Amino acid sequence: MLKTDTVGTVQGLRCRECGRSYAATAQHVCEFCFGPLEVAYDREAQAARATRAAIEAGPASLWRYAPLLPVLRDDPADRVDLGAGWTPLVPAPRLGAALGLDDLWLKNDTVNPSFSFKDRVVSVALTAARALGFSTAACASTGNLAHSVAAHAAKAGMDNYVFVPADLEAAKIVATAVYGPNVVAVRGSYDDVNRLCSEVAGEEPWAFVNINLRPYYAEGSKTLGFEIAEQLGWRLPDHVVAPMASGSMLVKIDKAFRELADLGLVADRPWRISGAQATGCSPITTAFKDGTGAIRPVRPTTIAKSLAIGSPADGPYALDAVARTGGAMEDAADPEIVDAIRLLARTEGILAETAGGVTIACLRRLAAAGRIARGERTVAVISGMGLKTLDALAGEVGPTWEVGPGLDEFRAAVSGPAQEVHP
Amino acid sequence: MSVTVRIPTPLRTATGGDATAVVEGGNVAEVVAALDRAHPGIGDRLLDEGGKLRRFLNVYVDDEDVRFAGGLDAPVPDGATVSIIPAVAGG
Repeated sequence: MLKTDTVGTVQGLRCRECGRSYAATAQHVCEFCFGPLEVAYDREAQAARATRAAIEAGPASLWRYAPLLPVLRDDPADRVDLGAGWTPLVPAPRLGAALGLDDLWLKNDTVNPSFSFKDRVVSVALTAARALGFSTAACASTGNLAHSVAAHAAKAGMDNYVFVPADLEAAKIVATAVYGPNVVAVRGSYDDVNRLCSEVAGEEPWAFVNINLRPYYAEGSKTLGFEIAEQLGWRLPDHVVAPMASGSMLVKIDKAFRELADLGLVADRPWRISGAQATGCSPITTAFKDGTGAIRPVRPTTIAKSLAIGSPADGPYALDAVARTGGAMEDAADPEIVDAIRLLARTEGILAETAGGVTIACLRRLAAAGRIARGERTVAVISGMGLKTLDALAGEVGPTWEVGPGLDEFRAAVSGPAQEVHP
Repeated sequence: MSVTVRIPTPLRTATGGDATAVVEGGNVAEVVAALDRAHPGIGDRLLDEGGKLRRFLNVYVDDEDVRFAGGLDAPVPDGATVSIIPAVAGG
């Protein structure tokens, strides 16, 4: 087992289920109960280093929160950093008006270096991987993670193997392959890919960011919560709506708010967090709605492939966070997802991938059902960019008119009805 | 009814480092019991206090996730491979 001396604010790893402690190594599950391991921090060291002033003086990236992240080697030059994070938090009054929400904001993570929030987790995970002595990076992915690992590994000069379902959107495979990774297209679902990678991770000395590096990786998602609070003027929002695949991002946003409040960086006030899934892959929202809390795995059938995880590892914790904060969960069918992508684009100028459509479609459902009050300061997380999933819009939108280059023809066309020429 | 069980890295401390174990059993429950006889204590790590498979474990018989096939009652054919895989985060 590779290990390193801990520096910075990391004390080690701890089992979230049974509390057993481990050194800060590349290990993701408890040897006793298989519960997920989490990074344990020295809270006093964090409080001394993570002041508002120190954070505000830091880089315009997620690394401004370094004392709150699992940093194993404390030299910024050792970071695997393409500039992920510190993405815009923008008010969304036009979308809010359409949904009946008076104080709606969007966390626009489409503008990350590889165009999804995965750059946050990958930057943190591969930085830890280098500190732990790994020279090869790897991941199991529904697409966005592979894209991000390939980009960051290229920057860091690390060999890398990314495993994806073979039926992934062509744009995601091409956009990943261009960085020069070894792309392993697996005939099967994401859950099949995960299974294969779990076995490979036991055999090869590779840093699988979402397997053996998962404790470090998952912490990267906290930076979404840190940024939302800092960008609101060091205030917590009333409500956050986040997409759920494994459920990890939602859990870590909630954890981030708790940490900020515990460290005195924000006033400790109640917040609510709600989760969104596609109806075609909704094991977590189904468990929420039926009230059992028992997550039954499903075989996904949805256009929201980046959220198509049928066996969500962090689902139980997502259910806990939503229930504890008084949030809710919703899921949306594929046609609603496409409608929501279009609504977001035409009201707020953001082109989201299908996961963003899921978030907005579920936000719409939650608002309509009164689960989000009109006046709540609500932040929706837009996790990835729409050029990755243009397939979902095929036949939906296209030129309004097709004309020859003559002025008369143009004038005749625009004085009549739209032709709606759909490719 | 001989089956091969693939042991994940975190569980190999219970098998003396062995990556596989060959045991007898006609369903998942019998395979777990046989594993526990071969490597005492391993059963407690696979099953929770209620005797169910721990919630962060995925178990496959050949390519089938046993949660789609009856859980501990899922049949295990002669010569099958049983894989025990901790759940992972993703995306």
